[in-house]
Amino acid sequence: MALQFDPLRLPAHCQALREEVRRFLAEEVAAGTFDPRDPAVGEHNEKAFARKVAARGWIGMTWPTQYGGQARSFLERYVVTEEMRVANAPVRYFFVADRQSGSTLIRYASDSIKRAILPGIVRGELCFCIGMSEPDSGSDLFAARTKATPTQGGWLINGTKIWTSNAHKADYMIGLFRTSPPTADNRRHGLTSLLVDMKSEGIAFNGIGQLGGSRDWNEVVFQDVFVPVSHLIGEVDGAWKQATSELAYERSGPERFLETFGILTALVDAVDGDADDRTTVGIGRLVAQIHTLRRMSVSVAGMLQQGREPVVEAAIVKDLGTVWEQGLPQRVRDLAAFLDDDAPAVAELHARLTHALQIAPKLTIQGGTTEVLRGIIARGLGLR
Amino acid sequence: MDTEQSGHLVTAAAQRIFGELADPQAIIRDPGGAWKARLWGALEESGLPAAWAPEGLGGHALSLEEGFAVVRAAGRAALAVPLVETMLASWVLGRAGLRMPRGAIGVIPAGTRDRVTIDDAGRVSARCARVPFARDVAHLVAVCDAGRGARVALVAAGDCGIASGLSLAGDACDAVTMHEVPAVAWAEVAGLDADTFCMLGATARALQIAGALETALETSVRYAGERVAFGRPIAKFQAIQHALARMGGEVAAAVAVAESAADALASLAPGSDGLLLEVASAKLRCGEAAETAAAIAHQVHGAIGSSDEHVLHRYTLRALAWREDFGHESYWSRRLGRLIAGGSGEDLWKLLATR
Repeated sequence: MALQFDPLRLPAHCQALREEVRRFLAEEVAAGTFDPRDPAVGEHNEKAFARKVAARGWIGMTWPTQYGGQARSFLERYVVTEEMRVANAPVRYFFVADRQSGSTLIRYASDSIKRAILPGIVRGELCFCIGMSEPDSGSDLFAARTKATPTQGGWLINGTKIWTSNAHKADYMIGLFRTSPPTADNRRHGLTSLLVDMKSEGIAFNGIGQLGGSRDWNEVVFQDVFVPVSHLIGEVDGAWKQATSELAYERSGPERFLETFGILTALVDAVDGDADDRTTVGIGRLVAQIHTLRRMSVSVAGMLQQGREPVVEAAIVKDLGTVWEQGLPQRVRDLAAFLDDDAPAVAELHARLTHALQIAPKLTIQGGTTEVLRGIIARGLGLR
Repeated sequence: MDTEQSGHLVTAAAQRIFGELADPQAIIRDPGGAWKARLWGALEESGLPAAWAPEGLGGHALSLEEGFAVVRAAGRAALAVPLVETMLASWVLGRAGLRMPRGAIGVIPAGTRDRVTIDDAGRVSARCARVPFARDVAHLVAVCDAGRGARVALVAAGDCGIASGLSLAGDACDAVTMHEVPAVAWAEVAGLDADTFCMLGATARALQIAGALETALETSVRYAGERVAFGRPIAKFQAIQHALARMGGEVAAAVAVAESAADALASLAPGSDGLLLEVASAKLRCGEAAETAAAIAHQVHGAIGSSDEHVLHRYTLRALAWREDFGHESYWSRRLGRLIAGGSGEDLWKLLATR
């Protein structure tokens, strides 16, 4: 295969939108809604923040107008996403629905479900989670065992999902459930994608803390949870056919290399115009690397806008991007070693560095591990 | 015919010549170097070396974009004659309103530590440690800053002191000294500076590196499918798949950032921060990709990839050698680092987001 990432530039109207997003975020910071230096501050305000973002029309902005969307381009969404990430805005409440759940519903749900649910996402009122991983099924997605057993008018779900971000506050889950055993010639057969109302009876949550202090993870236990037939997403037993098209959206976005970006800007502030050669060269390298990642990611956004399915290109961006954002705290720690610890900007850098170093190990796992991604790239190269 | 079409035609013509007359296996079997004259003859006839000079000055009047496509194709072919150097000369001679001479042309400065001056009488003095193909060219083009513009001088190579040297890939890469050598022709050019010329050279080298790595990747993927070990093609081993996937990522990064810089040179103002970000990143990131990708390509090939007879080294060693020209990674990272460290963290994001 030819690896081509065309040098797409964001058009002028996207850069105008960027200014609008920056003004909005600056106002929210000034109002105390969140603190760009401390992710914990925004958590308490994330619901209110989601409504404000929605009021600007920035949730579901690429979706068709009949469902409340604005039919705007992926490039415009790209700009909104990257500005929110760089500002450390509290996007968790709506981001999953905006990035992938909504697009999945548009593609595979019935019209009545779309009409019932999409406008709520667009208004910033609905939070989604993704029910993929299980205690015995992570990267090996098709080993999922949580069962959906047919019953009058729908299914009964029994089993356990795990590592589910936001499940405790989500209104809906789009999850993978076993409806048939795999067949001899297709081990991916037998899984069905269902929309689960998280307020249903029979769902229990157990919070799981993770490195860095976040409490977003959950174990989700289903006991005879009823899901009506109307909540079927796509084809019974055929969820594997639907899975891959989502991945390009999930994997190529700016959130895949900006997770720890704040410590690079904190380093630049900490050196305060007085960097030695070692630090200068180190900063230069890191900037060249993130510029490259961003140019690749913008290029993939352009491919999505053209209606292509750049699955391999997206896997490349996520592989390079997450390895980079994982290494960044280590590089910054090294470059900051000789700075004067008494300076306030240096103290702040060290405080933020601790958090970044704590979360770094997980960055190459979520949303497709490095190993899964390299398998996809190898297939794209014709090796498997 | 629109620009895109004519660009494709030019690239296709270049690729045809490279395919017929610069086949790496044939080159390896011809240590006497008879292939060079044949290849250069065909290139001169095609007009490609004069790509960027206007027609009135003996050039081909290609756009920057069309020329850069030829440069990447030259990288894919690991081309080891001064085509890209002569193209760079054609660009700067064109800017200076000077006529293209016949024959190959080298350019100075070729490195960021070279010293080049052109005095008020058009006499050139220079100390340059590593000038690609200096001994093979008929002329050298010198560029230096002067007041609010630049001076550009065409010098006969025979008038210069040239001491033979070799690049990492074994290509001619010679020390050049000049002491007040009268130019064959020279001019002062308003609105041009030597740094812009250096950026053009750096971007060209980034594209050449990206191109050479593309071919090294193809070669490695093909070999992994053919070579059987432990009872199956090595492409079936996950360790090999993941190594080549990593190489694929590096090659993709090199292609993306080099193409981005090429596009930026055609549209951004000289001296702008955005242009420095683009060009520095391209030269630096392509250099990093060369290191990783060359190591993986050789690892996948095993011993045979390191033999003289195998074609792989023509691509890997040139990708590594081209890192030296027009500023190496430490030069560009220090320059870019100075720009960024001189501002705030917010300025950094604002700059990244403009591109």
